[in-house]
Amino acid sequence: MARIVSLTDAVSELVEDGNVVALEGFTHLIPFAAGHELVRQGKRDLTLVRMTPDLIYDQLIGMGCARKLVFSWGGNPGVGSLHRFRDAVEHGWPAPLEIEEHSHAGMAAAYAAGAANLPFGMLRGYVGTDLVDHTRVAWVECPFTGERLAAVQAIRPDVGIVHAQQADEAGNVQLWGITGVQKETVLASKRSIVTVEEVVPELEHRPGGVVLPSWVVDAVAVAPGGAHPSYAAGYYHRDNAFYEAWEPISRDRDVFAEWMKRHVLETADVEEYRESIRGAGAPA
Amino acid sequence: MSAATSGATYTADEMMAVAAARRLGEGTVCFVGIGLPSRAANLARATHAPSCVLIYESGTIGAKPIHLPLSIGDGELAETADSVVSVPEIFSYWLQAGRIDVGFLGAAQIDRFGNLNTTVIGGYDDPKVRLPGAGGAPEIGVSANEIFVMLRQSPRAFVERLDFRTTVGNGDGAGSRERLGYPGRGVTVVVTDIGILEPAQTGELVLTQLHPGRTAEEAREATGWSLKVAREVATTEPPTDEELTALRALKTTTEENAANGR
Repeated sequence: MARIVSLTDAVSELVEDGNVVALEGFTHLIPFAAGHELVRQGKRDLTLVRMTPDLIYDQLIGMGCARKLVFSWGGNPGVGSLHRFRDAVEHGWPAPLEIEEHSHAGMAAAYAAGAANLPFGMLRGYVGTDLVDHTRVAWVECPFTGERLAAVQAIRPDVGIVHAQQADEAGNVQLWGITGVQKETVLASKRSIVTVEEVVPELEHRPGGVVLPSWVVDAVAVAPGGAHPSYAAGYYHRDNAFYEAWEPISRDRDVFAEWMKRHVLETADVEEYRESIRGAGAPA
Repeated sequence: MSAATSGATYTADEMMAVAAARRLGEGTVCFVGIGLPSRAANLARATHAPSCVLIYESGTIGAKPIHLPLSIGDGELAETADSVVSVPEIFSYWLQAGRIDVGFLGAAQIDRFGNLNTTVIGGYDDPKVRLPGAGGAPEIGVSANEIFVMLRQSPRAFVERLDFRTTVGNGDGAGSRERLGYPGRGVTVVVTDIGILEPAQTGELVLTQLHPGRTAEEAREATGWSLKVAREVATTEPPTDEELTALRALKTTTEENAANGR
């Protein structure tokens, strides 16, 4: 059964230095508040897994939380580069970052395998690309047809973290809209944290909604606005202006460090974070 | 650069978007990359191909955005879609299963066989520029029935040798995809700001069409390999008033939408 706890407690109890941690949410419902809490608690040597690192992993990498990144597309969507990610890969700042990169289809297959407790996922892909020389991929032969397919090792994070719209008081969770790879992330992980916009007395089932029963989740933490600057369908829109504003903030090491200090390290939680961003006149 | 048509002027980028959009037919099921391809695909839907089915890798099937999305998972894609499925499902049941007619991609580099690089400029372990990486492109390249590419033509982008082969287009030439076990036909058209390249029997891209006012010499100079030119090079019809109006309306509504904080 999921316990409903503060995000501070959830992160401090469930995430250890050196863990493999996956924060998922495909453009929608990205768990920013949980990522910020990892930064505040100074987690180190994490292997961060995420299909699209987005700004949240740019922040975690730039703050020195990561030792390794497993990913499939590392950009600022529609804007350009993730400069903290690039600085780590190109110049080893603030620390060298080991990377293991895949394609989206490869990561999706690896998450699905993890959720199914299978050792590997398979797909038609990778062969003929240069990814083969730089990532973990192998080949299997279909025992029925002889077709050769790519095999990717299952993703089994120590901790899976996702953001959802709602939980009920028993810790059952519902998310809807673009639901990405979140169900697989929670089911593939040894431990899981779900941040939610709100706790409601009873979940109202939504078309296309994904319900995660309380007994597959370890901790539920209320974090209203916790997906900002990504979005939560039914609650708030994607803050595209923030994504654009991140470009100059992240480009410069000092500007980035100052921004993180002011808005993340010196705030206690998601509500103070949102307040500080509004107060700064920064896009929120 | 701009050129005149029926009193209207248009930019090279507008010509490129129009030329690419025209390649998408009514009812085509198109897996769309963000940026230039998304712009062209939505122009097709707004003009001659309203029933063109747009699929974005966020799992939105039959998306009908009024504004161009900034990301592949903007809320408007889900709100207007016929169906929204998970990311593992979009790649397995829909793309890998062979339900996509056209995969529509951009890239940082392309070679003479239409193979694409979106991973790195320079060495992998010592990159000059670290690019975002593969995303959905490699398996779109594997399983879409055909691949359209949109890319502004320059010697930096059209290279003799890719720094990294992220996505297989036509591999090492004729027969290459079959040897790799790839079901789709590979790259069938590359639309640039200068003209259109299509593969010959050998799989090598050949200049087959030039936009109005552009020359084969310009295309050769903007290509890092020795570009072959078809015996007969067609000239692209300039954008019609309807196409330009639709394209600019897309741009205007997208900007207004952004200004309104959405």
